[in-house]
Amino acid sequence: MWGALLCAVTWKVPGHGLPLGLPGQEPGSLSAVSTAPSHLGTGQERSVLMVVKMSSSDPECPQFLFVKVLASRGRLEAVTQQMGYHPQYLDSFLKTQHYLMHMDGPLPFDCRHYIAIMAAARHQCRYLVNLHVLQFLRAGGDPQWLRGLEFIPPKLRNLNEINKILAHRPWLITKEHIEKLLKISEWSWSLAELVHAVVLLAHCHALASFVFGCGCEQDEGLGGRGSLKPLSLGNQCFCEATAGNSCSQELLRINRKRSLDSCMELDSLRERMQRIHVETEGRDEMRLLQQDREEGLSPLADTDGEVTGATNLACYMQDPDFGYQDFARRDEDQTQVFRVQDYSWEDHGFSLVNRLYSDIGHLLDEKFRMVDGLQSSAMAKRQGCEPSVFKRGIWNYIHCMFGIRYDDYDYAEVNQLLERILKVYIKTVTCYPEKTNSEMFDRFWKQFKHSEKVHVNLLILEARMQAELLYALQAITQYMIS
Amino acid sequence: MEKMARVTTALGGNALTGRTMFCHLDAPANAISVCRDAAQVVVAGRNIFKIYSIEEEQFVEKLNLRVGRKPSLNFSCADVVWHQMDENLLATAATNGVVVTWNLGKPSRNKQDQLFTEHKRTVNKVCFHPTEVYMLLSGSQDGYMKCFDLRKKDSVSTFSGQSESVRDVQFSIRDYFTFAATFENGNVQLWDIRRPDRYERMFTAHNGPVFCCDWHPEDRGWLATGGRDKMVKVWDMNTTRAKEIYCVQTIASVARVKWRPECKHHIATCSMMVDHNIYVWDVRRPFIPSAMFEEHKDVTTGIVWRHLHDPYFLLSGSKDSTLYQHIFKDASQPIDRANPEGLCYSLYGDLAFAAKESLVSSDSNRKPYIGDRRHPIFFKRKLDPTEQFEYISSCSALSVFETDVESGSMDWFVHTAKQYALAGRPLAELCDHNAKVAKGLDRNQVSVGRLLLQGLGAWKGLMGSCPTQVAQTWTMLRIIYSSLGTVASTNLNHSMGKGSTALPLMNSFNLKDIPAGLGSESRLDRSKGESRTENILMDSSSTLINNEDNEETEGSDVPADYLLGDVEADEDELYMMDHENPHAEEQEYSLPQEAFPLRHEIVDNPSALDHLQDKADSPHVSGNEAETVGQGRLAPRQRQRGRDGVADARGVLLADLHLPLALREPPALRLLQPHRAGHAALLRRAGRRADGRVRAHRAGGAHPQGDRRADAGTAPGGSALPCWDPVGWHPARDWGTSLLLQPLSGRL
Repeated sequence: MWGALLCAVTWKVPGHGLPLGLPGQEPGSLSAVSTAPSHLGTGQERSVLMVVKMSSSDPECPQFLFVKVLASRGRLEAVTQQMGYHPQYLDSFLKTQHYLMHMDGPLPFDCRHYIAIMAAARHQCRYLVNLHVLQFLRAGGDPQWLRGLEFIPPKLRNLNEINKILAHRPWLITKEHIEKLLKISEWSWSLAELVHAVVLLAHCHALASFVFGCGCEQDEGLGGRGSLKPLSLGNQCFCEATAGNSCSQELLRINRKRSLDSCMELDSLRERMQRIHVETEGRDEMRLLQQDREEGLSPLADTDGEVTGATNLACYMQDPDFGYQDFARRDEDQTQVFRVQDYSWEDHGFSLVNRLYSDIGHLLDEKFRMVDGLQSSAMAKRQGCEPSVFKRGIWNYIHCMFGIRYDDYDYAEVNQLLERILKVYIKTVTCYPEKTNSEMFDRFWKQFKHSEKVHVNLLILEARMQAELLYALQAITQYMIS
Repeated sequence: MEKMARVTTALGGNALTGRTMFCHLDAPANAISVCRDAAQVVVAGRNIFKIYSIEEEQFVEKLNLRVGRKPSLNFSCADVVWHQMDENLLATAATNGVVVTWNLGKPSRNKQDQLFTEHKRTVNKVCFHPTEVYMLLSGSQDGYMKCFDLRKKDSVSTFSGQSESVRDVQFSIRDYFTFAATFENGNVQLWDIRRPDRYERMFTAHNGPVFCCDWHPEDRGWLATGGRDKMVKVWDMNTTRAKEIYCVQTIASVARVKWRPECKHHIATCSMMVDHNIYVWDVRRPFIPSAMFEEHKDVTTGIVWRHLHDPYFLLSGSKDSTLYQHIFKDASQPIDRANPEGLCYSLYGDLAFAAKESLVSSDSNRKPYIGDRRHPIFFKRKLDPTEQFEYISSCSALSVFETDVESGSMDWFVHTAKQYALAGRPLAELCDHNAKVAKGLDRNQVSVGRLLLQGLGAWKGLMGSCPTQVAQTWTMLRIIYSSLGTVASTNLNHSMGKGSTALPLMNSFNLKDIPAGLGSESRLDRSKGESRTENILMDSSSTLINNEDNEETEGSDVPADYLLGDVEADEDELYMMDHENPHAEEQEYSLPQEAFPLRHEIVDNPSALDHLQDKADSPHVSGNEAETVGQGRLAPRQRQRGRDGVADARGVLLADLHLPLALREPPALRLLQPHRAGHAALLRRAGRRADGRVRAHRAGGAHPQGDRRADAGTAPGGSALPCWDPVGWHPARDWGTSLLLQPLSGRL
């Protein structure tokens, strides 16, 4: 049964007068959708009239998800909108996030949001901080806590150390950190609480990368002048999910026009891909990072791009100077490389996290598998290569920056697959998302459709999250063994 | 090793002898394999590749296969296998995707023979054909299985797993052309080696990756699989559809399974994470391992029976960099430590009781629990002459006693929840207040099964169960923890005096299943446990009567209030004694502080999107509630939401149950936390058994919410290897009414 229904949906541009104390709306009812705008701020929202095709048989349809989210939250966050380009993933993401934040779990609700605030603050992500400040208050959190880390219980404050490490240099986390938190004292953590907190931290750090990567943060800070216009219709590409919809024809036409512009770049990519198979380069993965250095990929130089208002968030941070440092820059003998073959998500991480925080393993597993399975068949066709090769290149490159190595990967491939400008983008978004600027976003891979850019950002989000989880869970495993 | 038994077994001329022994390796092992002569074992890992000979007293290093100055990733082994026909032939699977064969007959130092670099990802498994010398099979992360002829440079055939990673491949022992492959997505495929285009059959075996499989050495149709879902399953492949004939629940993801030689139903397993032990299961008795080897300090990565026809020698390698030989005589038997009975109340007053059958054998009309074809916890078995050790043979019975529908109203529970005070006043006052509340609600409730409780040595559920007792308990608490001096004696009389009226046993129960003469019988049967309990009872009562420093008693297993039933005759005396020893100071009591409020409301449904709607208001409520429970303030004014009645009640129940613990020592409340945390969430997922030890039963069908799904598992909360009460009702509000947990493999 397909029933097309017409409804006016008002998209709230995030960042202006966040609606406080929304009254609870009747869940799921359409009246809630249409009345939503009246609760929101005035004048600052863009109205988009769109046909929402709702079908019970296709719950993954992005509009359907949007409506659901809108109905329950009264607003549609920019992140949700962006992820809507990949509805299968969005579904999985929302499920996980909902479980982490709002479902039964070891930590009280207000603490979860506060931990999210702490995590987002490490990357000066005001978008996420604002979001969670609001939810923190809604969950009945003590407003005093929002004055900063000095005002929160020591137990929560103790988490700051691993927050800092996980956010910037996760390879430094050791079982001693875990031991310190779990040591029986007045403020000690339980293992279950700690695992919940660790997943929250990793989730929010990675989400901060996505927020900056997709320009949601710029929207937040600069009044909608973001590099991304998420809702201009031409950008909509609901992938395979809406293939049967009438509007997809229109989208297709627009997208085709766009992709014509970038044919030139595509050719060069295809060439590069083919070259890989010919060249016989050494498998020394360190060379990759050395090359990074030579190319000057670290965008540390441009400090003028500092996010304004960082001072506001400083209260949630200690040691703000602690930031990412190139993994390879460290003495290689000192830093043990993390071998995925010895500790992987599938074999080890999953079992541990699921044991200590029921069910989260399955949700995360689904999310990782989902992002791995995301198909942009158009992209694959245009590139003339297997999308899996390309995806794996990005994934392993991101893990490589955190010192996680795959025995079965030839890191020379990364240099072949990823052009410099893309590498700069990925590295920035992964390691110092707060330094992302709109220019960077526009420049990286012009030939790609918006949905594909979002796809790359999702890869960054998940790869980064898994990297942090692997380090944290390995430390916990070591703690449990000793 | 303290206990070292020397074992000699005759194997058609060859005698295997040895003892439990180990040797240190230089590096963690990933896999081991044994030579067919049972005298040598090869150990492979990222940084180790060595052959050891198994001597009488020790392992002796024979050969180091890692040669060359710059160790290449080709030496980093994920798996190793020794050919069972050619003693000189070995194959390894390298983490970088290379398959290497080794010829020990080579004169040079480097024994490396062939190098196959066809796989694009890590090779997880290699397997020689059992009867063909030159046939080697590999399964890789890249989703392909390849068959190599060692006389050729390239693979002979490639089998595609449709981009799903292959975790294990095993040639069938009897069917020449057949092999099984297991996949990361939970599937198992059977292939005919002659037909690379398509698998013969496929079925989903596990939820999540299937890490391993093993063909039964004798029964051609049986395939055992082990998965990340912590299960070992035995499949009968003779039928047209693969049929699951046995299922063993372990407590951690299963990394390896190996059938035990000469014992048709025995299988050895080890885990990938957290659990370091090796278990040998009888698949017919899936809830408790037959034997267990606990030597390793980190996860066991490889297990192998030393000889094809010897069931007593097991070799294992581990991440803790040791290689062990285990002898069956030295195995520990978990059943020795399992607690054979338990008792618990549900929220609604239903009482569940599980015990050895011998204790309850005399009853007449017990209805057997149908719906599970597996054996109960401990089942009778004829002694198998091939077994070296015996089992405690017994059968357990689970009985459920329902509350009477008329008298079983749980209103009192909600009232209690609303009226109890747990903090903010001196302890004595709190106790008096609560005792009064409890007493006031005691209209149609009669003390239930107190004797039963005592006879069984179980106390859990006592306090949450019945007002009369609760009233007394509060009073006792007051006596124990504060002095009586300032309290009017009427209070005490009020709450304690008529306690003895409670004696008529189980009036309010429909005895679906009453063990005749349970109390006395159990006393007879259980000499050890029982006497211990009674001793403690005696101790605590005397301490109480003296009303002197009773801290000692509080540390014991049995709470002091437990003696209520026994000392009823002495109440007056007790009271008098207390009365004469007034204490001066009364301090305001508050529950020990937590950094976080303990808990929030349990949210029912784990599926997120369907409940997005709840979000807007639920955090509000739960925030409050968490605080309330955490601080122990359960004041009525904060309980306004009617529909939360049960959830509230649950909070109180927990507080009730745990208050004495909390009073004893502040950390106790905290210690309970992980247990509660892990509990509620998972059980709702019916059918997924996250933890091997607990199986849920549905209690009697007469329950108002009786038609919920019965089968579910639960995960341990915070600790790696938790201990369970033998029986427990699920605390979450929906399941709590209908689910009963029974430990199925005892304490491990």
